[in-house]
Amino acid sequence: MKEIILIKNGELVLKGLNRRTFEDIMVKNIKRKLSGLGAFDISRAQSTIVISPKGEDFDMDEAVERVGTVFGISAYSRAAVCEKDMEHIKQVAREYLADALSGVSTFKVEAKRSDKKFPLKSPEICMEIGGVLLEAFPHLSVDVHNPQQVITVEIRDREAFIRAGQIRGAGGMPVSSAGRAAIMISGGIDSPVAAYLMARRGLELNAIHFASPPYTSPRAELKVRQLLEKVARYSGTIRLGIVPFTEIQEQIAKNCPEEYFTLIMRRMMLRIAQRLAAARSCGALITGESLGQVASQTLPALSVVDTLAEMPVLRPLIGMDKEDIIAISRKIDTFEISIQPYEDCCTVFTPKHPRTRPTVEQCEKAEQALDIEALIERAIAATEYSYID
Amino acid sequence: MNNTVYLDNSATTVVCDRAIEYINHALSVNYGNPSSLHVMGMQAEEELRKSRAAVAAMLSCREDEIFFTGSGTEANNTAVFGAARARRKRGNRIVTTAVEHPSVLEAVKLLEDEGFEVIRLVPDVNGKIREGDIFEAVNKDTVLVSIMLVNNETGALQPIKTARAAVTRAAAPALIHCDAVQGFGKMKISVADLGIDLLTASAHKIHGPKGVGILYKKKNVHIPAYIVGGGQESGLRSGTESVPLISGLRGAIEELPKTDEKVRAVRDYAAELFGGCGFAKINSPTDALPYIINISVPGYRSETLLHYLESKGIFVSSGSACAKGAGSYVLRAAGLSSDRVDSALRISFSRFNSKEDVDRLFSALKAAKDTLRSSK
Repeated sequence: MKEIILIKNGELVLKGLNRRTFEDIMVKNIKRKLSGLGAFDISRAQSTIVISPKGEDFDMDEAVERVGTVFGISAYSRAAVCEKDMEHIKQVAREYLADALSGVSTFKVEAKRSDKKFPLKSPEICMEIGGVLLEAFPHLSVDVHNPQQVITVEIRDREAFIRAGQIRGAGGMPVSSAGRAAIMISGGIDSPVAAYLMARRGLELNAIHFASPPYTSPRAELKVRQLLEKVARYSGTIRLGIVPFTEIQEQIAKNCPEEYFTLIMRRMMLRIAQRLAAARSCGALITGESLGQVASQTLPALSVVDTLAEMPVLRPLIGMDKEDIIAISRKIDTFEISIQPYEDCCTVFTPKHPRTRPTVEQCEKAEQALDIEALIERAIAATEYSYID
Repeated sequence: MNNTVYLDNSATTVVCDRAIEYINHALSVNYGNPSSLHVMGMQAEEELRKSRAAVAAMLSCREDEIFFTGSGTEANNTAVFGAARARRKRGNRIVTTAVEHPSVLEAVKLLEDEGFEVIRLVPDVNGKIREGDIFEAVNKDTVLVSIMLVNNETGALQPIKTARAAVTRAAAPALIHCDAVQGFGKMKISVADLGIDLLTASAHKIHGPKGVGILYKKKNVHIPAYIVGGGQESGLRSGTESVPLISGLRGAIEELPKTDEKVRAVRDYAAELFGGCGFAKINSPTDALPYIINISVPGYRSETLLHYLESKGIFVSSGSACAKGAGSYVLRAAGLSSDRVDSALRISFSRFNSKEDVDRLFSALKAAKDTLRSSK
């Protein structure tokens, strides 16, 4: 018996003439995700993508697992392939569905007939297959309204598929279909979630991390890499730039009024990040900021940073509660890494009474003593890159 | 790293050449299971016996009083749980200190949850337990006294012998346990002289491999096994013995220097430099074990100093390596100001360190003070 994976596109179907392009990107993403699992064919029919293994050694379980992380997929399932012959379909149904039906007591059969020349009509197919299954698995009864398991028989142009239910996909849009953006990642709970959410909207990711050794630990960098590995399961390869930020922190601490430390630090980070991002053709920056979560995330504080922005700053978490953010971080498996207790920003540079209602003029005055351009250039020149996948 | 100055020897040590040689031999040539009846098993058993003899000689005890475990932590757990459970019908009090290693403190906390009354003695400013406090704490209801030989953060030597005197005076049914992990192989230890029933040691603090703990249990003292199974180690600790690692322990013991002169000279040099520099304070008592010197650089955070030093290839600890990040509970218990606790560094030596290492540490710390931003 031959088993395949059936994939349903999500929002893609809405995209009119662009659909083909989006689908192409998704198929490419799927191919990349499944590489190394053995040889397979990938084909398209209507809004379905079919993955069929070429040999026995294809790792089906792992492939299904990975398909679950591809954005743009609304649902997917494993299915058995049969000849378009009722006797063969019945025989395969009896064998293939034994596992799926052993743990349930009610089921129903649905039929989809895209080949209208098939001798039986959909209701007839349902009746016959339902009958066969009732006979083969006497513990079952049919429930057309609330079945515990839905069995679907699809009659296609060349062959027929049988499957038990389907799994919800990762949703969203295929990665890179919306372009490329750079996530500013700290090591906390929020930024990996923001990265994940924007990758789900079709962005390919770069990442930028600011490190201030010895005030921050080498373990903080390791933590960022581990977090990005989790995000990369969904987004694919991420290019990470680690920006040495110690000199800038020290210069700020030496030359600026204390209550502006954090604001000026964030202004410097934005300046550097957007330059790095632009150099890699990123169309936007992404941050994990959530309104009001800390002093630097009040509306006035955000606006004195945003005023410097020359590209959109995407903040997918801006309206979310911490609880919601944590729920997503658990789902994508980053929570446990994020809460490891390594300081990502030493308290030495945190003002005791930060400004929560700063103005742009105040910030500009506060950072007057800094040689901003020289600091930025040195930090960018010493930035180190690596790829995470 | 070529220019590494490793000053975190109380966390763990580099494995010495002879230990590696013995480990390799037992991994590739003498790889039998000591419980096997055939000659290969016998040869492996002989390896264990030789190692047991080497450890027994170090503690001036009998070979059959030495049991190998998987770690110092496991030996401490076995001793603490075992002693309390063996004697629970005869009393209900456990006397220990607030500055024990977590493998004792956490075990005692579980016993407290089970209903034992726990007295945790607090050290003086030098990190030492007062003898009078021990006498006061031990009563006729006491079933276990567990006090470490050398404090792992300050190097302070604890008055173990007093425990025996206190138990005798109170006519307590207590077993006396001593966590000697930081002292084993670094000072003369005689279990009879110390008057103890149980003692813990570990191989990887003396240039042996990680993965071997040692439990001394006095003959005719009975405690239940903590790990049960095939009855290895006379039934006290089941599980096939790690013959290679235990052989490595013997290699490390054979290589130990006869005296601590070299380390003492290095420590004295460090004490002189840091004691006279003005920017640092020494937290270790003057009569501490010479392998550890704990200092504070008030105004700077331990972690920041630690990471600064590592960028210069110098490795120290900001407290015990088992409690990453948290301020030292030992120094806090000793009543040091939070300024001293938050800026504390533990410098721990081995025979492979030199005065030049101390010089490098000293000038790096001086440079740190000039470049780093201090905490307010």
